[in-house]
Amino acid sequence: MGKTITEKIISAHSGKEVSAGEIALAKIDFAFSQDGTSNLVIDTFNKISAAKVFNPKKCALVIDHSVPSPVKEISNIQERMRQFAQKEKILFYDLGYGVSHQVIPERGYFLPGNLVIGADSHTCTYGALNLCACGMGSSDVACAFISGETWFKVPETIKIVLQGKLPKGVYAKDLILHLIGDFSAEGANYLAIEFSGETISQLSMDGRFTICNMVVEMGAKFGIMPFDNKTGVWLEGRVKKKFKPVQADKDANYVDICEYKVSKLEPQVAKPDTVDNVSSITEVEGTPIQEAFLGTCTNGRLEDLIIAAKIIRGKKIHPQVKFILAPASREILLLAMKKGIIATFLESGAVLVSPGCGPCVGTNAGIPADGENVISTANRNFKGRMGNPKANIYLASPATVAASAITGKITDPRRYLRLVD
Amino acid sequence: MIIKGKAKRIYKPDGSNNDINTDYIIPGRYKFKIEDQKELSKHLFEDLDPDFVKKILERDILVAGKNFGCGSSREQAPLAIKSVGISAVVAQSFARIFYRNAFNLALPLIECETKNIADGDYLEIDLEKGALKNLTKGEEIKIKPLPKIILELLKTGGLVNYFKKHKKFNL
Repeated sequence: MGKTITEKIISAHSGKEVSAGEIALAKIDFAFSQDGTSNLVIDTFNKISAAKVFNPKKCALVIDHSVPSPVKEISNIQERMRQFAQKEKILFYDLGYGVSHQVIPERGYFLPGNLVIGADSHTCTYGALNLCACGMGSSDVACAFISGETWFKVPETIKIVLQGKLPKGVYAKDLILHLIGDFSAEGANYLAIEFSGETISQLSMDGRFTICNMVVEMGAKFGIMPFDNKTGVWLEGRVKKKFKPVQADKDANYVDICEYKVSKLEPQVAKPDTVDNVSSITEVEGTPIQEAFLGTCTNGRLEDLIIAAKIIRGKKIHPQVKFILAPASREILLLAMKKGIIATFLESGAVLVSPGCGPCVGTNAGIPADGENVISTANRNFKGRMGNPKANIYLASPATVAASAITGKITDPRRYLRLVD
Repeated sequence: MIIKGKAKRIYKPDGSNNDINTDYIIPGRYKFKIEDQKELSKHLFEDLDPDFVKKILERDILVAGKNFGCGSSREQAPLAIKSVGISAVVAQSFARIFYRNAFNLALPLIECETKNIADGDYLEIDLEKGALKNLTKGEEIKIKPLPKIILELLKTGGLVNYFKKHKKFNL
């Protein structure tokens, strides 16, 4: 019987052939935590006496959630992270590098075929590089720092095949929102997802990261993209080690195969307060908004900034709208500056914050006021997510967020794209 | 392993008890700042019911619908539930990361049909036999058996104790 990508990767890391449903003890290639989860990682590590990091080059701590820290309690936690990283000599990315999910892959730490865990639910993002990556809790990551391995129940795999070309004004974010709306928040619970099809091969790596980033929002454990030329080009210059891409066997066993045709897809919006509360933009167009946020591990990459800048260029942000921009990394910010994109945003009236999670998690700047509607490129819109349970969060693509920031209402970006091309 | 207690149901404002996410369990604005467990647990389910913690008695059993614990990987969510004295969570299904985190903290999770369990019903759960008895209604519900590693984590009192004892995972 053939194996899925997940079965192959977990088998390779556990030194024996395993299939879906089995429990395996697997060596991991990398583990990390961020400033929201590292405190408990360090606590757990310290509780286990004589604990040592199994391989300091395969472990990292990243400060990205509260950058810079807004309160002394968080500052103390971040300082504790610095001390721990220094003591254990593990990789450390202080404030300003950016979001963990951009910073670590940018530096070439992940390769096709890898098995990666992180104390952040959006660790699944790296699946875009043809590997298995998933979020876990702080205790699991602490024990992985010590032993270099952890147990997995090998998930079943669902194959999602996407055919057709995404229409103009419709992007990877709209695609994944549509899938989550279709599957529901637990529709892919515990499953690995293998993406394939011509739509995927036409997507850039930035688009693929966006899709894999959000698989956790439908309950999935892994979201895996195929390896192709684009993956190779992205990795070139970043990775030094040799790697071998992973493909499923032709006779691999899938729990389901779902086909989607995307050529008529419209821009999508996730309405408050759940990620699977998705509809076409036509249902919510005209809803007034007071805050627009472009950034995060979902859509803070260069391609996202370029698309939004194209729509905003030469225009002013609506006077009732606060537009906040948080590039996903310093590298992206510097590239965007060289291209004049940051100037475009600033000239329109946008506010630039440090590379990092920005207002996404409500632990730093950009908390909305009571009753405000926010349109955001982030991946979660739970009540209170951005720091105020009395605000309402709509999730959308960078193009939709940009168009809406200009009009002050949720706006179909296709109206603007017709004008700029 | 036998767990006994009174059922305490939790609902969202729209009346549903599905998809109760980690931000409902412990709002993000507390998770990052508060390190003390007892202090953090005072905010359990605050955005759903500000008086929730006042209504909880030691050894109560939390009961919910589908996809309980969806959202963030933060351990503060199962930690807060355990810290108020809740002895187990019974739901139709659990989100994956929450599931693992709960057992790492020795908080038992039981997956079964919950629609017939009412607030206040007395429950008796036998984890090794795989049965849940609703003593108030005189009903027995089959529960999904737990993998061996999960039972081991519970018996040892959580992942830290397990690792202190074994120094690594023994499957």
